[in-house]
Amino acid sequence: MAVIKNTTAIKSSPKHLLGIQNLSILQAKKILEEAKSFIKLNRSKSKKLDLLRGKTQINLFFEPSTRTQSSFDLAGKRLGADVMTMNMGNSALKKGETLIDTAMTLNAMHPDLIVIRHQDSGAPNLLSQKVNCPVINAGDGRREHPTQALLDALTIINRKNKIEGLKIAICGDILHSRVARSNIYLMNMLGAEVNVIAPKTLMPNSIEKLGVKAFTNMKKGLDGCDIVMMLRLQNERMQGSFLPSKREYYEYFGLTPEKLKYANKDALIMHPGPMNRGVEIDTKLADDINVSLVKEQVELGVAVRMACLKMYCK
Amino acid sequence: MKEKIFINAKIIDPSQNIDEKGCLIIDNNGKVKAIGKDIKKNDVSPSVEIIDLKNNLLIPGIVDMKAFVGEPGFEYKENFRTLSQAALAGGVTSIVTMPNTNPIIDNVSMVDFIIRRGRDKASVNLFPCAALTKQMEGKLMTEFGLLSDKGIIGFSDVKKTVQNTETMARIMNYASDLGVLIMQHTEDFELSKNGCINEGEISNRLGLEGISQVAEKIIIERDLTLLSEYPCRYHINKISSKKSLEVIEKNKKNGKKFSVGVSINNLSLNENDIGDFKTFLKLSPPLRLEDDRVALVEGIKNGLIDVIVSDHTPEDEESKRLPFAQAATGAIGIETLLPLALEMYHNNSLPLNKIIETLTINPSKILKINKGTLKPGSDADICVLDLEAPWVVKADSLKSKSKNTAIENRKLQGKILMTFLNGELVFNQ
Repeated sequence: MAVIKNTTAIKSSPKHLLGIQNLSILQAKKILEEAKSFIKLNRSKSKKLDLLRGKTQINLFFEPSTRTQSSFDLAGKRLGADVMTMNMGNSALKKGETLIDTAMTLNAMHPDLIVIRHQDSGAPNLLSQKVNCPVINAGDGRREHPTQALLDALTIINRKNKIEGLKIAICGDILHSRVARSNIYLMNMLGAEVNVIAPKTLMPNSIEKLGVKAFTNMKKGLDGCDIVMMLRLQNERMQGSFLPSKREYYEYFGLTPEKLKYANKDALIMHPGPMNRGVEIDTKLADDINVSLVKEQVELGVAVRMACLKMYCK
Repeated sequence: MKEKIFINAKIIDPSQNIDEKGCLIIDNNGKVKAIGKDIKKNDVSPSVEIIDLKNNLLIPGIVDMKAFVGEPGFEYKENFRTLSQAALAGGVTSIVTMPNTNPIIDNVSMVDFIIRRGRDKASVNLFPCAALTKQMEGKLMTEFGLLSDKGIIGFSDVKKTVQNTETMARIMNYASDLGVLIMQHTEDFELSKNGCINEGEISNRLGLEGISQVAEKIIIERDLTLLSEYPCRYHINKISSKKSLEVIEKNKKNGKKFSVGVSINNLSLNENDIGDFKTFLKLSPPLRLEDDRVALVEGIKNGLIDVIVSDHTPEDEESKRLPFAQAATGAIGIETLLPLALEMYHNNSLPLNKIIETLTINPSKILKINKGTLKPGSDADICVLDLEAPWVVKADSLKSKSKNTAIENRKLQGKILMTFLNGELVFNQ
């Protein structure tokens, strides 16, 4: 079994990973540095370490998730932790148990780390106040999804060798997207310039205050961009009629080879998944290994989560 | 009751334009007998009880136009006894209570219950409101006439707004004939759906759905348009933004008659205070930008806003210890209403007279009650305070049954020393 000694942990690192907003640039860089070492490991034959042997990791998912949940699951197991995944969608909550009660119950089982996804913004913050172990946010409401932003950053660094000085466009449903928010904070922090592109109804009020330029036109928004991040058009969150039709959305905001030409020649495409092919992205483009980083994002997601687990698990 | 005389008092009573050092005499029926600088200690017989206020401030008891008392149905959040204690400790002697109890106060028999219960258990003047619409569903108006005859002071759906314009038009039309007071919460629910805080940078950062200022403004505009057709006694419970003030200014300048309230929370806090999901600051209307707060203070100064209310909303811990979006809305505040309002005097935002006016005679005029004044012959409801005394707000030492204060650990200046109700000492610090 391969062993990497834990020599790089930051002494003064915060206890919880609740969002990029609470992260310093040093901590972010440390996580990315750490994650690089796990990329190789994950590609090798023997993938298992015993860094977290004897530790208990609980994945608490109040919202359905495929890739984030399996990614955290795998990351924990590869580090040797005992991983328990709880899908809370249909258990405690329906019995009327509050988040705090659930937290107290789990806390009594002495976990060493809790990974939480919740439909309410701020739920991980609340949980972190009530348990004795570190809490990692795996997505809360429309607020933050820090590990997604970190894996996106790692993917970009892996291809472009840097983030500083790049121009990154985030396109789609910015209003409802925690991925967009975390990426805005992280990419800004790491020195990139960020454009957000969305129809008016999916663009949050005063988004410029987060340090981005806002566009409602793909041609203008993609101009000079090195990275194009597409967001899922989140149907399940559309409670009102934000858009006339998917067809119209695709016409103006769907990423096609023609629209991609507005960006730099060597621009690369990213998508946090799951994709709506033909709604926000052309299906061939999504699979084009020359420009699409989608598969790499998933792969590096495991490495980033391993790095986070290692650094936050005390 | 024995006659009393307060000597060495700094008296402020905006209803009579009194702002002077002097004395106040209470007769043996608990009414004000005489007030002012011309009254001397020698004017009364030696047997009268003398209370030396040592230059502390004497003002009419505060009239709070919006507070929630948990009875019936929410006794675990607040009851008449605890509300009274909290009120008197804050110098509040008259309270307008909200009808969003369980069951809702929307019929005559409930009014009988609430008045009897209040008489037995409360030790302040209570002025109950009834629901504006049956079950506060915004569809059918309640019995304005019969309910008023039973002692209802005004009609409000509290946190709800009549969304249907036709219904609202009929309510105002009917009310204009009876002369009853309509107290509207102004919020367009389609625009504010799922919203928890002000829409803007903070709602973006916290990932919470926002409530736009337009949601408030549009209902104010609608109602004030209707008011031209159906001139009833119309009061806006609480406004929160600069945009609303612009509409109010335009209409008041055109001579339209209506009144406007504001919550003390919106005058003393802004959206930044929410910090890391502090649910005690989840309020309705939401806290907005500092610009809005400043505009509201200015609105009081120039008379666009008539009253300041505590918007006292007791919530138990379980209703607040939830993710922000699920947490209950509101904060307690009746006990801290006056001291917190005095902050605007201490930081030179408002003259002291103006603050006291909005807390005493203005609400009384809107409600058409004989309170908030110390004119000879009126009930001797009095608040005595040390204007300068510093103290720190601690939830645990507040008298409300619920402890959801929005201003925990706030340093305030101005402490209530004594409260008198009908000439009787009911709170002594």
